[in-house]
Amino acid sequence: MTTAQSLPPRTPPGLRDPLARRRFVWLLAALVIAWPMLQLSGFAPSALFAPGNLQVIGGFLAGFMPPETAPDFLAMLGKATLETLAMATAGTALAFLIGAPLAFVTTRALSVSRIGPGPGRAQAAVVRQAGRSVLMVLRAIPEIVWALVFVRALGLGPAAGVLALAITYGGMLGKVYAEVLESTDTRPARALMESGSGRIAALVYGLLPHCGQELISYTVYRWECAVRASVVMGFVGAGGLGQLMDQSMKMLNGGEASSILLVFLVLVLLADALSNALRRLLA
Amino acid sequence: MSFSLDGVGLVHPNGHRALQGVSLAARGGERLAVIGPSGAGKTTLLRVLGAALRPGEGTVQLLGEAPWRLPAPALRTLRSRIGTVHQSPPIAPRLRVVTAVLSGRLGQWSAMRALGSLLRPSDLEGAHQALSRLSLEDRLFDRCDRLSGGQLQRVGIARVLYQQPALLLADEPVSALDPTLADATLQQLVAQSESTSATFVASLHAVDLALRWFPRIVGMRSGQVVFDEPVANVTEPMLAALYASEGGLPMQAPGLPLDIPSRTFTAASANSVERPDCL
Repeated sequence: MTTAQSLPPRTPPGLRDPLARRRFVWLLAALVIAWPMLQLSGFAPSALFAPGNLQVIGGFLAGFMPPETAPDFLAMLGKATLETLAMATAGTALAFLIGAPLAFVTTRALSVSRIGPGPGRAQAAVVRQAGRSVLMVLRAIPEIVWALVFVRALGLGPAAGVLALAITYGGMLGKVYAEVLESTDTRPARALMESGSGRIAALVYGLLPHCGQELISYTVYRWECAVRASVVMGFVGAGGLGQLMDQSMKMLNGGEASSILLVFLVLVLLADALSNALRRLLA
Repeated sequence: MSFSLDGVGLVHPNGHRALQGVSLAARGGERLAVIGPSGAGKTTLLRVLGAALRPGEGTVQLLGEAPWRLPAPALRTLRSRIGTVHQSPPIAPRLRVVTAVLSGRLGQWSAMRALGSLLRPSDLEGAHQALSRLSLEDRLFDRCDRLSGGQLQRVGIARVLYQQPALLLADEPVSALDPTLADATLQQLVAQSESTSATFVASLHAVDLALRWFPRIVGMRSGQVVFDEPVANVTEPMLAALYASEGGLPMQAPGLPLDIPSRTFTAASANSVERPDCL
């Protein structure tokens, strides 16, 4: 009897959280999965601080000072910046044209046949799944691979980068747009479709007023990512700041590289300001 | 026949049974109040009548059609003739009041007109008229997230008034309104059903409101129709049995006696019966 009394009081069955066990299992699973990943990737932060390594990193960074400010280099830098901006903007705009219609097709938030469920549910599910597969293929191949392909087809220059961005980012925008539309409050759109409204009307009257801000800030964020991605693509010949960076790095000119990095910083700040301004405008 | 349900049963995906063997029919222009304790299945019944939920058992006829046997375009047309006032108005908060009201006719408009009206409201006069019937016309250009709960509920009602449906459904349409406004608002819904010969079905929490405004009362409990009577035949014991689990009748104005036996509210005199003058 004493042993039974010393046990903590059992929770009455009605008060037992039915989710508690599942949450514990998920937490355990996350740990079990994450640990081998760190091992596999050879992640050992202590290596960064080994004396020899610190010296190498320090020497590399010291070469970046001071930033290059020669007028003819600045002129080149300005031209490359414009090229990068043009590549990122045109690429994101094309990506929007690819992603937005696919999101409209694939999002479950605008499914009329799910109300009830009504007629045409199977066909609608097939169409949604097909759209989702297209999005998956578009974003599965990294933009750098597309850039390599298009540089061969179109020659060196930003045009290859624009196409590469449009394809990969179209897939990303479409997927995230569809998910944002689903995770917002879908009742207004559903109520409209329940009283006979079409999908486009339900989108603009029921969903966009609620999540337009989020869609815009994600799009601007993707544009910011496109600016960065255009650098990487520049390394394979797609023009812009990346190509300039590639040349500077090959010539071991740290000053030029740091000027280019400063321009990146300014571009990211610009994207942030733009995103904030647009969000305030739509609030 | 405006609608008829025959042996309708519905089990929600989570396994909860919401309706069981519900048979209910109404002629065009009839006005029914659905009353009963919370969880009785009133909302589910209205969603079945709105072609928003497809029951697993029984047959549904709405405005002369079998909704779940229609192809998609015909079902859409049918839905555009049914208007629902939702309990918590599903209106995107950034929408302006005028846009929210005009969205009542999206089922009848082309996509082009819908897009155009978002930029420049296409029927300001119609929206203004619907709102003025609920004394909200001064909020025409306000954003919906600037409104109080009661005002938003009336915007939801104005949207359905503007839609002019042939079957008008209302789920607790005046739950967020004070007694005076609740009466005035129900009066407008009743007037709408009279002037357009629309069938009007409302679920109401307040029993006295139901008895005052509706010639026919449907009592629901545990997903079943317990009684379906002209208001004159509804007795206090029937109501007491309906609400037995809630320990008393939910009323809008709890101080006043219910005064059931003296009522002579029949279908024939429904239009001439005295209405509380509250405007």
